[in-house]
Amino acid sequence: MTTQFKESIETALHNSNLTGALGRFSEAYRISRAKAYEGIDFEATRDQIVEIKSDASSRFEELAVQFKQSAEACGAKVFRTSDPEQVKKYILDLAKEKGVKRVVKSKSMASEEIHLNKALEAAGMEVDETDLGEWIIQLAHQTPSHMVMPAIHMTKEEVATVFSEEVEEGQMPDIPKLVKFARAKLRPKFLAADMGITGANIAVAESGSLVIVTNEGNARLVSTLPGIHVAIVGIEKLVAMVKDIQPILTALPRSATGQLLTSYVSIISGAVPNTDGTPKELHIILMDNHRSDMAKDPMFKPALQCIRCATCLNVCPVFRLVGGHVFGKTYTGGIGTILTAWFDELKKADDIQGLCIQCGSCVPLCPGKIDIPGLILELRRRLVVEKGQSLAMKAIFGVVNNRRLFHSMLRMASVTQKPFTTGRFIRHLPLFLSDMTEFRSLPAVAPSPLRDTIKKIDQPKAKAKEKVVFYAGCLIDFCYPEMGESLVKILNKAGIEVVFPDDQTCCGAPARYNGAYEVAGQNAKDNIKALLATEASYVVSACPTCTVALKHDFIDTFKSLGDTGTMADAEKLSAKTIDFSTLIKKLVDEGRLTLKEGEALGKITYHDSCHLKRTLKASDEPRELLKMAGHEIAEMYECDTCCGMAGSYSIKLPEISAPILERKLKHIKETGASKVVMDCPGCVMQIRGGLDKDGTPIRAEHTVESLANRFK
Amino acid sequence: MNSTFEAFKTKAEAVSAEVHRFPTQAEALAFILGFLQESGVSDAPQCGAVWAAGSFLDGARKDDLKVKVPGITFEVTKEASADSKVGISQLDWAISSTGTLVQDAAAVEKRLVSTLPTIHVAILGTDRILADMGSVLEHLRPQQIDYISFITGPSRTADIERVLTIGVHGPARLIIVVVDEFQKVTA
Ligand code: SF4
Ligand code: SF4
Repeated sequence: MTTQFKESIETALHNSNLTGALGRFSEAYRISRAKAYEGIDFEATRDQIVEIKSDASSRFEELAVQFKQSAEACGAKVFRTSDPEQVKKYILDLAKEKGVKRVVKSKSMASEEIHLNKALEAAGMEVDETDLGEWIIQLAHQTPSHMVMPAIHMTKEEVATVFSEEVEEGQMPDIPKLVKFARAKLRPKFLAADMGITGANIAVAESGSLVIVTNEGNARLVSTLPGIHVAIVGIEKLVAMVKDIQPILTALPRSATGQLLTSYVSIISGAVPNTDGTPKELHIILMDNHRSDMAKDPMFKPALQCIRCATCLNVCPVFRLVGGHVFGKTYTGGIGTILTAWFDELKKADDIQGLCIQCGSCVPLCPGKIDIPGLILELRRRLVVEKGQSLAMKAIFGVVNNRRLFHSMLRMASVTQKPFTTGRFIRHLPLFLSDMTEFRSLPAVAPSPLRDTIKKIDQPKAKAKEKVVFYAGCLIDFCYPEMGESLVKILNKAGIEVVFPDDQTCCGAPARYNGAYEVAGQNAKDNIKALLATEASYVVSACPTCTVALKHDFIDTFKSLGDTGTMADAEKLSAKTIDFSTLIKKLVDEGRLTLKEGEALGKITYHDSCHLKRTLKASDEPRELLKMAGHEIAEMYECDTCCGMAGSYSIKLPEISAPILERKLKHIKETGASKVVMDCPGCVMQIRGGLDKDGTPIRAEHTVESLANRFK
Repeated sequence: MNSTFEAFKTKAEAVSAEVHRFPTQAEALAFILGFLQESGVSDAPQCGAVWAAGSFLDGARKDDLKVKVPGITFEVTKEASADSKVGISQLDWAISSTGTLVQDAAAVEKRLVSTLPTIHVAILGTDRILADMGSVLEHLRPQQIDYISFITGPSRTADIERVLTIGVHGPARLIIVVVDEFQKVTA
């Protein structure tokens, strides 16, 4: 990571206006979004959107040709180009030919993508953004920090200062007054402009229509008052039919601002008369700029289903801490990372791709059904392929790839860490590693790993007819063997023998999440071999990240690598793999496990781990089990928001991981529960470590520990 | 018709539009004239009212209206609209599920009166309220109409600290006048 990037994160984190505003917004957003979707079938709507947009991106060329025909039949001029320079040249030439002096713009991300304003101003034109947020950042010489609310990072005081310094002295930080001021100052600009520039939210091939939504009404003025209207439209805005408008406009305002419909929607399908009776000069520029390259890449094609609603920013635990500016100049947040890599260049995404904590919060809410974290991982992989892995990472993965070496190093760690441990925590680490323990204590490596202790457990072999293979994962194996022992105890109660194949190794998630797919692929192969060697009804894991690796990632990694050799076995393993709580719930439902009755175990709260909730879709199972055991669950606020752990994320970006954890701890404490339970050893490490560091007497434990002694 | 109207009214009011319903055109007209007077429409600068053509005005004696409320003009220009307090126009359709008004706005006058003045009075036939956007787009077809406007409440912004503020560039008030007995509504 570049120092400059790290500095931009620092600056953002220390901007309390920013983190405060974004934090409050993200909380209010969820509520207003949910309310706006009342009575609407979101899943059905987004299925429609996916169908419309994926069909369109399969045939951009055809739709662009059709669009040009339809629009030109109604008096527009359509210019198609793949080159941003040509877009600028076209507009400059047109402006020159028509003697344009003053330009008003309504919001257009495509124009920002190509830095149009700079080019127009350099040619001596006066250019004014008219969307209030855009105008503010234009006056402040900044770039938008959010796709829907460009100036969300600024306070009213800052806006008043900008207005006073740039427009007219003496403006007060009073929002209605500031808005009135903007109206008064921009009105003459609208009336005097000779050219209006807009973007478009949708472009319909069938009718040559542009669909433009705004709340302020500025696009209506920009497209009505000046004699020339230029619309810059990325080809990903194309859809085939007029009937495709409705599903997109059902989702866009609801997801973007929690409105049923934006105040103004204009569907412009031809050159209309100007105020002086002359016909409007309507120029539509269909800009490609790598969009059709993207459409040809089967992995990234779905990213073209984006409707720019910014949900993936609003619900992102990282975005709400750092805001948009650390992401770059135009497109921000998770999807912005992907768009920047394509529309700008892959290299530009090098630092920012690391911001995604891979929590998956954005995925179930994205109207375009885009697997944003998945695509960011793929970017990471490609970056590693392009520029190679860093030496330090290479060294680490060299070790991880060699199970014996890796495991003997972990065993050694339990000895070498001695000077730093207190009880079962490492509280301080020497020198450069000290960042890791700054905001939470780390668990000490256990004196003997699970792979040793499990052999000492006397399992009821004689009775057991059924076997289950246990995949522990590094954390349970080496740091929390007691979790594994509890799992054995519970399954034994169901008359099941637990088999622990010694050849199991790291699940490959760390390598995969760092773009080292070859290493992840080798880990996958070793594990598939080890785990399928025993005939068993299930392969169970008590670590959701590992479960996801076994169930999904192995297959995806092989796909990315184009390695089909072990695919059949990977699928076999996937079918057998199950997470701890889902398996236990199943056994309880089948009557094979019975909880002790009449226990009153008190109030606890439950933290949903990202992978368990969103990839494995298990959130009721652990709760039901804990309730059956006799616990009362006091739900915490944002129970399914990431705890900030995310594997090596907390090592690479501790400055972001720490405040995410802090928030989580606050919500845990607010419930008044004496215990917080979760299904992931990684989350236990993060949350237990945070509670320890902070001296809070709340216990953090894995569901497997809470349930260990609860079965008959 | 009543339940559709009620649904429309609820949604429109939820986004700060003001909705009034009248059985006849005459009553609606009386309301509008009264409203203009109350709002201080006059022939003083910045106090005018621009009224865009529409079937509601067919048969109306425009000169009489001008006498009743000096300041009304039926000659809609950019200058007159920019100088007016109130803009009046007739809308073609409405959507009950979102409280939206829809208009064939290819004629520039219709856009001028609903964008530049601070108050927009929108006239609508009760039977023109449909369920959703899709139904409206079957009547007002983008394949045939060059400019279709959808209006849902007054102009708004939340660009400064996310505080909702009404009336940025467009009207700050949207008065919807719904008329039951609307003889000759244009399609
Ligand atoms: S990626 Fe999805 S959630 Fe993000 S802006 Fe695009 S459509 Fe909205
Ligand atoms: S996966 Fe999580 S961190 Fe990544 S973009 Fe989505 S919400 Fe943000």
